[in-house]
Amino acid sequence: MVMEIVCPAGTPAALRAAVKAGAHTVYCGFNDETNARNFPGLNFNRAEMRDAVAFAHRHGSKVLVAINTFPRAGDEAIWHCAVADAESSGVDAVILADLGLLDYTARAHPGLRRHLSVQAAAANADVINFYADTFGVKRVVLPRVLSVPEIAAINAETEVETEVFVFGGLCVMAEGRCSLSSYATGLSPNMNGVCSPASHVDYTEDQGVLDARLGGYLIHRVNKGEPAPYPTLCKGCFTASDKTGHLFEDPVSLNAEQLIPQLQKAGVTALKIEGRQRSKSYVAQVVQNFRAAVDALEAGRSMPEGMLARLSEGQAMTTGAYKKTWR
Amino acid sequence: MSEPQIPIPHCPAPLAAALRVLPLAPLSLSLTMFSRKIARNNPGLFQRLGAYARADFVLDPVDLPIVLCLSPDNGRPKVILTRGRGDGVARISGPLAALLGLVHGAFDGDALFFSRDLVVEGDTGAALALRNAVDDAELDLAQEAAAFAGPFSRPVQQLVALAERQTGLCLTRPEDATIW
Repeated sequence: MVMEIVCPAGTPAALRAAVKAGAHTVYCGFNDETNARNFPGLNFNRAEMRDAVAFAHRHGSKVLVAINTFPRAGDEAIWHCAVADAESSGVDAVILADLGLLDYTARAHPGLRRHLSVQAAAANADVINFYADTFGVKRVVLPRVLSVPEIAAINAETEVETEVFVFGGLCVMAEGRCSLSSYATGLSPNMNGVCSPASHVDYTEDQGVLDARLGGYLIHRVNKGEPAPYPTLCKGCFTASDKTGHLFEDPVSLNAEQLIPQLQKAGVTALKIEGRQRSKSYVAQVVQNFRAAVDALEAGRSMPEGMLARLSEGQAMTTGAYKKTWR
Repeated sequence: MSEPQIPIPHCPAPLAAALRVLPLAPLSLSLTMFSRKIARNNPGLFQRLGAYARADFVLDPVDLPIVLCLSPDNGRPKVILTRGRGDGVARISGPLAALLGLVHGAFDGDALFFSRDLVVEGDTGAALALRNAVDDAELDLAQEAAAFAGPFSRPVQQLVALAERQTGLCLTRPEDATIW
């Protein structure tokens, strides 16, 4: 069975581009704090979501809605409303992270398929089986910190479908638990849906030297001609114990394209592309590339050589934890 | 890993030379009227700007001797060309071809930024909102210009097509490739 390509869409135009480019499935979010890409100018209002789902279904693609932030006590209605509106829009599944919201959705919308967001940081078979047994979760998006053998071991111990990231921004933290951005900006990826929010990002260039700041803190300084980074703290350049370098991770993007055959052997169901904050041009190029790859795999052909480096942060790519020994 | 660069055409030198001497006030007025026509055809663009629908932006084509100051004014935009630096909450600088390619969805804004073909200064959130709103609007400036030209629609289309072939600038929106 061909592996499912799950593509990002930050706007209706990006969703249409993804579908036309061959996405089996597109994931997106409402234009509020219920999803983890709550950025200016992004996401879907309710009418746009209904139209987008209808468009995708006409073309044979599925739509998943990420409602994957953690509700504030007392304001749960915002998240409950998002789940109800997703179901009435005809979406194929919702992607959830919060235990309370999973419980609510399982009880109030039992017919709505539930996926577990990477924001839940479910990284072993025991916890995945707990989510399946307790809340009827059918698929889990695995954190980007597992090796291929670890993924295979998980799949051997669970019936829950697994979805793994294969391209895009590389989060190396325990997602849904990370507070680095909150320390610098006061805004949280987990509660407000914004990691390193653009409103707190500042770039200044002087004689070719580019400084990138987050919340006033200098995160990167690059010289003329060097690729520009986005100032996320986990990929920042720090000085500690007389050593200066990227303490957690380099400003690079994940590209596991050439590992797709291994991921298939490991029992992975779906391949996820990160980048709801990116343009429709990015979406179309990446989707075409990965659709060609999984179709080649299915047909027994060799994997095509990708041309995605220029779309990547730092214009450099890594296979991340899939083949990496952590520092 | 290799780092393939995005091929960005150069702005034609005669255009830059002309903009050094042409009076900017009538050009600004024409662009304001043109942008209002676009606004009427694409109201969703301004809704998507959200909190930044009344912010002022500076668009700086670095290969031209002018900058474009854009005030969306919540759907009643105003455009002022100036030979100074301009004033706005956010400034987006890059070759004219890159800026036009962004408008038409031919380029990815982040990729242009990573490669430093595009420079963002000021309120990054505002710049991001504008980028996302324009990306979603799926604008085609050639089509908008043809419609704006009324009875001269056909010659305008032909002129734009000729200019696109001669300069390599992205003056129309490429069709999405439907491959499956």
